Amino acid sequence: MQKFTKLRSQVTPIARRDVDTDMIIPAQYLTSISREGYGQNLFRRLRDQEKEFPLNLERYKGSSVLVCDANFGCGSSREHAVWALLGAGFRALIGKSFADIFSANSAKNGLLLIQLPEAVVDSLLLQAANTGAEVEIDLEREEVLLPGGEHQKFSYDPFRKHCLLNGLDDLDYILSHREAVERFKAERRERLFFTPPAAVTSAGKEGV
Amino acid sequence: MASRNIIEKIWESHIVPLPIAAQGHPHLFAIDFMLLHEVTSAQAFAMLRERGLKIFDRSALLATLDHSIPTRKNRLEIYDEAARNQVATLRENCKAFEVPLFDFGSGNQGIVHVIGPELGITQPGLTIVCGDSHTSTHGAFGALAFGVGTSEVGHVLASGCILQKEPKSMLVKFEGRLPKGVYAKDAIMKLIATIGIGGATGHIIEYAGEAVSAMSMEERMTVCNMSIECGARAGLIAPDEITFEYIKGRTCAPSGTRWDRAVEHWRSLRSDEGATYDEIVTINLSALRPMVTWGTNPGQAVELGEAVPGINGAGPADRQGIEKALQYVGLEEGSFIEGTPVEWAFIGSCTNGRIEDLRIAASILKNRKVSSSVTMYVVPGSEAVREQAIQEGLDKVFESAGAQFRMPGCSMCLGMNDDLVPEGKRCISSSNRNFVGRQGPGSITHLASPATVAASAIEGRIASPLKFI
Repeated sequence: MQKFTKLRSQVTPIARRDVDTDMIIPAQYLTSISREGYGQNLFRRLRDQEKEFPLNLERYKGSSVLVCDANFGCGSSREHAVWALLGAGFRALIGKSFADIFSANSAKNGLLLIQLPEAVVDSLLLQAANTGAEVEIDLEREEVLLPGGEHQKFSYDPFRKHCLLNGLDDLDYILSHREAVERFKAERRERLFFTPPAAVTSAGKEGV
Repeated sequence: MASRNIIEKIWESHIVPLPIAAQGHPHLFAIDFMLLHEVTSAQAFAMLRERGLKIFDRSALLATLDHSIPTRKNRLEIYDEAARNQVATLRENCKAFEVPLFDFGSGNQGIVHVIGPELGITQPGLTIVCGDSHTSTHGAFGALAFGVGTSEVGHVLASGCILQKEPKSMLVKFEGRLPKGVYAKDAIMKLIATIGIGGATGHIIEYAGEAVSAMSMEERMTVCNMSIECGARAGLIAPDEITFEYIKGRTCAPSGTRWDRAVEHWRSLRSDEGATYDEIVTINLSALRPMVTWGTNPGQAVELGEAVPGINGAGPADRQGIEKALQYVGLEEGSFIEGTPVEWAFIGSCTNGRIEDLRIAASILKNRKVSSSVTMYVVPGSEAVREQAIQEGLDKVFESAGAQFRMPGCSMCLGMNDDLVPEGKRCISSSNRNFVGRQGPGSITHLASPATVAASAIEGRIASPLKFI
């Protein structure tokens, strides 16, 4: 996972609530078996339908921070939405709120989600749309330097912060506790009453 | 011990105890079972290969094909190259890693959330995940089940665990009894319309109340299925006699003394008297009418007979969303949705693709015809549902009404296989999402119960099922 420490960038505004993961990456682009190549289809439908959609505008090219409204990333659990954002060069999102699964997926891929007060986000959305806006994000200090020179604090889960700053992923951490997991799972077996499907079907059956 | 609700009971019994050093870190949360499908698993298996990891426990896994496959009769040949590659990759991965795969023709292939319950794997008290947001369906059995991304699919493959933060709890009390012609789908759509599509973000919902106790397992699955549509991490219903009755005798269910031990354990999971929740929502269903979405998210829904909301009456934050949605679906503010012409009708999906849904649709379509202006797909949720429907003669009912009775899969729910609603066409659909272009680029979706879909297909316009039952 890519480390995140500091980032200075122009921001791209997506001024709509409830942006769902079907908007971020439509289902027809999910039929790949790799994590690559989704960036070009980020917000594909909106880009095709709305000439003025921010991702179509020259002035937001090269931006790596997206500013969004409330409940961003709702809907499908597709991690492809995060891969598409990263693939298109975005490293951080600033918004009013984010959907649960999208948040979890972002954390696992090094995409930083920053929740700021509504008034701050609204003003940033407006500035970005009108004159353009640049921010500087400092994860270590949990601070965003806003275009007006104001230092805006945000809070970020300490464990997630540690992972992002050091480029560590969850699995290394989970696997470091393998013994505890195995002990727990052995006890847990007492409470499992299903027959494993592996016992009722031939593994890897190749179709008819 | 203090009173605990079912969410707390299941949650606490799955936290792996760690040494003091790990305090302050997220919980290591044990997953009892994971379902896999072709769209969100390839990258997880690739990760295992890259890092040289093995499967932690193959007895806790099951794979099938559902999302990107065709549902026509000769479905073995997949025309789309990327989809074909996805299916081939899942087959290879299952073979290489010895993961059981219910493939075409196995008798058990189907939508992940339909086959888990019908095999009897979905049981009370389990934690179940899948790379699909509608995994909450399994909550109908009193399991704690939720969708995860592909990274977490990989974590479960490699370790049987994921990292989780403590959820909040919400009790949704559905009081009263559902009136005739109104179904579980209408109840959950009413909840989503009431609290909004972000209304339960960060929460796990327990559904309870008179209406829920009276529901069949199929209806409970429909309710839990759409929990994610109000932002909930999961939704569940405490197990009772109806739950046990459904599980008993199924392929992967326990029997003999194991059955007795299981039931004893399952009963202990119910929320204690006096248990508390972070939030409580009460909705009385006794006067509810059939629900239909008018806009471009599942929260934008009205009861038949209610007007589509106006732009001017809305707060400034909502106004833009309503305006954009109305423009996309081509409806006027303040208009009535009943009578809007539809060109497509879809019965199926993990929300409403089970045998009971097909029976309800068939009871309305029997001795009637689908309007000549409507193309109707009926897509069973699994090979077992399809087989059962054929045994009951439902296939004949659908076909003589002029509907297509197809092979199992996710089909027209999500626009990533051959089954697409054409651009500019309007579909009345028993699925779960009406996002812009969800059923195909430029398509318009109105979500409703299978009964409302069947009634609308007959009339060629959005219609109440009441006059047909």
